[in-house]
Amino acid sequence: MENKDTRAPKSQQPHVVPKPEHPEHIGGSISIEINEKKVVVPMGTTILEACRNEGIHVPTLCHHDDLCVAGVCRICVVEVEGMRTLQAACAFPITAPIKIKTSTTMVRKARRHVIDLMLSEHYGECYACVRNNNCELQSLANEYNVDHYNFGHVKESQHEVDDSSYSVVRDMDKCVLCKRCVRTCIDLQEVGVLEASNRGDETKIATFLDKDLADVICINCGQCINRCPTGALHEKAVSDPIWEAIEDPTKHVVMQTAPSPRAAIGEEFGLPAGHSMTQELNTAIRRIGFDAVFDTNFTADLTIIEEGTELIIRLFQALVEKKEDVALPQFTSCSPGWVKYLEHFYPEYIDNLSTAKSPQQMFGALLKTFYAEKIGVDPKDIVTVATMPCAAKKYECNRPEMNDSGFKDVDYGLTTRELAKMIKEAGINLPEMPKSHFDNPFGDASGAGLIFGATGGVMEAAIRSVVEFVTGVKAEDVFERANVMPVRGFDGIKIMEIPIGDQVGPVPELIKHLVPNWDWLKGATLKVAVAHGTANAKKVMEDIKAGGELSKCHFIEFMACPGGCLGGGGQPIPTSPEIRKKRAEAIYAEDESLELRKSHENPHVVQLYKEFLTEGPCGHKSHELLHTHYTKRGKYIA
Amino acid sequence: MLVAEKNALTEEIEQLVEKYGKDRSALLEILHEIQKKHRSIPDFAQQEVARLLEIHPVEVYSVISFYTFLNTEPKGRNLVRICQTISCDMKNKQAVVNAVERELGVKIGETTRDRKFTVEYTNCMGLCDQGPAMAVNERVYMKLTPEKAVEILNEVK
Repeated sequence: MENKDTRAPKSQQPHVVPKPEHPEHIGGSISIEINEKKVVVPMGTTILEACRNEGIHVPTLCHHDDLCVAGVCRICVVEVEGMRTLQAACAFPITAPIKIKTSTTMVRKARRHVIDLMLSEHYGECYACVRNNNCELQSLANEYNVDHYNFGHVKESQHEVDDSSYSVVRDMDKCVLCKRCVRTCIDLQEVGVLEASNRGDETKIATFLDKDLADVICINCGQCINRCPTGALHEKAVSDPIWEAIEDPTKHVVMQTAPSPRAAIGEEFGLPAGHSMTQELNTAIRRIGFDAVFDTNFTADLTIIEEGTELIIRLFQALVEKKEDVALPQFTSCSPGWVKYLEHFYPEYIDNLSTAKSPQQMFGALLKTFYAEKIGVDPKDIVTVATMPCAAKKYECNRPEMNDSGFKDVDYGLTTRELAKMIKEAGINLPEMPKSHFDNPFGDASGAGLIFGATGGVMEAAIRSVVEFVTGVKAEDVFERANVMPVRGFDGIKIMEIPIGDQVGPVPELIKHLVPNWDWLKGATLKVAVAHGTANAKKVMEDIKAGGELSKCHFIEFMACPGGCLGGGGQPIPTSPEIRKKRAEAIYAEDESLELRKSHENPHVVQLYKEFLTEGPCGHKSHELLHTHYTKRGKYIA
Repeated sequence: MLVAEKNALTEEIEQLVEKYGKDRSALLEILHEIQKKHRSIPDFAQQEVARLLEIHPVEVYSVISFYTFLNTEPKGRNLVRICQTISCDMKNKQAVVNAVERELGVKIGETTRDRKFTVEYTNCMGLCDQGPAMAVNERVYMKLTPEKAVEILNEVK
């Protein structure tokens, strides 16, 4: 069965039978028996799906809802009557009226064997592992009552830990060769860092030429971490130096938190996905010992102003001044994984990237200049920490160009998981925390900044502001409750057209010095697109290269991770389409509950332009602190 | 690698891709041809093959590391492969190995200093009734004795 969506040759593709469009028609469904219970399923349903629908538990390890079928771990084997051998439930499409047994002695014994064999090569102890209590291998061992090692247990480390990358640490001693990371990197993200190398008992997951992760073309998105069933892949921990800074009385340690961690961190404390913990988190962070906690959404709002202004300047140059070398469409630059992806794979489009820094880096630069001055602390004594849903943010804050304040703008990038660990370590149960607001002078930000966490969010925030800027009409009058639905949702690539019409408003005070009026936009249609996951980004880029529909866009939002930041590589494990959907719902619900839902109405942003960035958006000081440049990296390794 | 060398290699691989097609199934044929000509598959060649077949370099590396007959570092000019599987072992392959190691002054898996020979073990070549068996480059020798093995090596240029 050839699957057009995957590049794998026929021989390597799993045996998948497409489900019929109308299972109720004759021949569309099939009656089977699971554990002597009669069940009717659509043709092509896998045994695993059939069992799950019936509420029958079949253990899995290499299977992941986001990834293609692999069938390599054999933990999901079941008995199919009439077949000589046990069958992998995840890779067995039902096409005949079979009888399945999911828990016989043979099945249990085989599963136990698989676990024992994995444990025989799994070096390390559970209590000294980052994934303790959240490890699929550990749970399986528990489920199958492993109280001793039938095939022994490796006594010495077999592989060196690769901690060369700023973001991802690879500890191959804990790898069980499920190839989830390989499928994530090659199929889901199309970056292609990891693949199995060698053969037989020497098989291991390796990078190109078995180099260190820092030396190969990795975008640091961390999606592999989110899908690793064990502790073989994890983020590079930075909590130790943060604790040290908190203990140091000479240091002023401040935290900024991004929108996505709040929507997900509850999962680390046993809550179901989709609980926003914004204000509880503020209290917890202060109790840990941070001197102040700020909302990254503030700089998300600022990003909208800077990036939106940049877009208006580019459009003005292209349409009015008729300059030929204006790089359009403009690409967003909030996602450091995407930025590095572009630098590697499409360096010729580097001019299309907005020069605006990501909200994290803007905040870092402001904290060590504007804020330091305001509170009268030497910026060298300020330690800035950013809680992000992201592994790539750790790399971003270590980019050599990110020190425009004269110091390292953001000292540490912390993942949601790491923050949860710090909170637990401080003896705090997050859900029990009283609520509190963010600290001034940045205060609580707008809902527009908040939805940056979901795919389409940056675009929606930009649209809310640009529509008001240009037409003078309230966003609520254009979109119901100012919700821009066409850019929401989890479609890989979303396109939207916004006709400006003949009515244009006055140019807002903030950007009056840049454009004289809006007459040049009368009757124009603004075309935007949104892509999430670098595999979709690749499709967009190829279309632009070929001069397709997307090359006619004016503004495109790219996020490296599937689902946007809420599905980021620093978010709680596990992840699945349902979990990401719940997190998105939490973010959008919080946005609707806020009074302030448009970036340009954020009073603290307005104040900042009055007080500090007096030359306005994209002015001299903005360029110095809030904008950056990129590096053409290319995809060759010397 | 010099730019001129790189360009020559790119051109060569482009021709191979033209010959065998852009399908993933063409990968092995292409790698074999590169291996034959250069006695190894240089890093740059791997990345060029990946680019032209529209796959990732790590996938090319994965295939090369899987197959013993493909390698990333150049080996000696002549490859000596001695069967290590059980039938040849029972026919006293060890004596042949000892003789070869002594004659060339290297251990299994090593390359002589003049880069003339690399000696390796190989798995079954399907000559179980003719053991011990040894392959020198693409020619197979059967029913070896230590003396015969040394003689064969001396005939190799």
